[in-house]
Amino acid sequence: MTHPFCFRYGDRTYCFLFDTESGSLHNVDNVTFLCAKERWSRPMTDEEKSQYSAVSEQEKREINTELDELVKEGVLDSPCTVTMRKKRVGEIKALCLHICHDCNLRCAYCFADEGTYHTSDRAHMPVEVGLRAVDFLIANSGGRRNLEIDFFGGEPLMNMKTVKAVVEYARSREEETGKTFNFTMTTNCLLLDEENRKWLNDNMYNVVLSIDGRREIHNRVRKTPNGKDVFDRILGNALAFRAIRGDKSYYVRGTFTAHNLDFCDDVLFLNDAGFDQISMEPVVTDIPELRIEEKHLPRILDEYERLAREYIDRRKTDKWFNFFHFMIDLDGGPCVIKRLTGCGSGCEYLAVTPRGDIYPCHQFAENKPYYMGNVLKSTEYDKSVSEKFAQNIVTNKPDCADCIAKYYCSGGCVANNLNYAGSMDKPYGISCQMMRKRMELSLAIAAIEAAPQQ
Amino acid sequence: MKHVNSIVLNGMKKSGNIGCGECQSSCQSACKTSCTVGNQSCKNRDEKVNTVKKPLL
Repeated sequence: MTHPFCFRYGDRTYCFLFDTESGSLHNVDNVTFLCAKERWSRPMTDEEKSQYSAVSEQEKREINTELDELVKEGVLDSPCTVTMRKKRVGEIKALCLHICHDCNLRCAYCFADEGTYHTSDRAHMPVEVGLRAVDFLIANSGGRRNLEIDFFGGEPLMNMKTVKAVVEYARSREEETGKTFNFTMTTNCLLLDEENRKWLNDNMYNVVLSIDGRREIHNRVRKTPNGKDVFDRILGNALAFRAIRGDKSYYVRGTFTAHNLDFCDDVLFLNDAGFDQISMEPVVTDIPELRIEEKHLPRILDEYERLAREYIDRRKTDKWFNFFHFMIDLDGGPCVIKRLTGCGSGCEYLAVTPRGDIYPCHQFAENKPYYMGNVLKSTEYDKSVSEKFAQNIVTNKPDCADCIAKYYCSGGCVANNLNYAGSMDKPYGISCQMMRKRMELSLAIAAIEAAPQQ
Repeated sequence: MKHVNSIVLNGMKKSGNIGCGECQSSCQSACKTSCTVGNQSCKNRDEKVNTVKKPLL
């Protein structure tokens, strides 16, 4: 499938053709861009139709000869040759530990019902559950060497006793088992004091710091139970962590809603504040005043373009930063199998609740039809649930067949697909449109940054 | 070629069918590790895809 797209930067418009199946990216002149659109029946604007009608027949023939050559070489309009249709079941690589179903914030858009996951109490994971979860992971990891444990909540800093015990225990079993553990934590930063900062910096492979950007944007949805403004404390703690983090992995991760469709300003705010690893995600919620709707998409897609231009500019200066969705590894991305299988939820990645119950991922926690077992009872688990998720592969999703981003998003978040599109294998259309735009922009940015200065 | 400047050739094919399972697990909703397939690198491959560094058209 050939995807023509263009990107305006500075006083120029850059045109590209991306061949999804071979993963080939071509920069073309404007006339070739139009000829490609005509050749592969892509919609043209009235202006493009007018420009195309002015191209001479001789030039069209010349261009089509070049395109023919690329097709013949298998780097344009190449066919899908992927045959894999099912994920591997039975070897777990990563566990998400729900350290507590409790939180010291009451964020309006929280998918976890402000930390409780729709349960009646605010349970904290006992040390015993954490240690047995480590045993469960090791017992089910098969030949995998690099294992991962994510500390998640609620707010995991509210239960550091279990977090520290899990890390100490897992490390104590590395030599004996030949496994290596990488730990990550997602925190709202409220309890990220000096002691916790030092400990996380020493022990976490990656730390995700949740801040939504500008004060008024953050405070509108990320509130304390008593409505107190804690923005300065959160930002201050996050910046203090950034200051000691050096080159080790971290992200500030924000959420934008229908209230801040100008989210580019929140990304730039976080960059101006001193962060250089930034992620800003569209909210996924049913709440009418916050949810992203179809009518918001034109503005959101324009905003991504604005961010892309600012991004290229800033990366030439001392305000260089990474925006999570514009990062793409064209030189050495993941293998085909990883691209097809995506996050591995339900198969290689599972979640464990404070009581030790096992679910396919954090988004499915406490969703009883997806219960898979309990780490206190056994290192065995219900693989029939895994089998359902094993079919969740991008090549089994008809809606993804012709998508430019299919080998980069793997068909999207399974939970979001189920909750908002009605089926695991049906991608959530609003997310798809944003993903496609980010994909085009990340390719254009990579090409522009790789080109010698002109 | 006069009209085409190929920047990446066969990025998918060169990424191969390794499937060793050693790369970082990803989260498509980005609410935990902030890592999706799109920005991951292979942990187990030295070969780099050819990228051409020429002025853009």
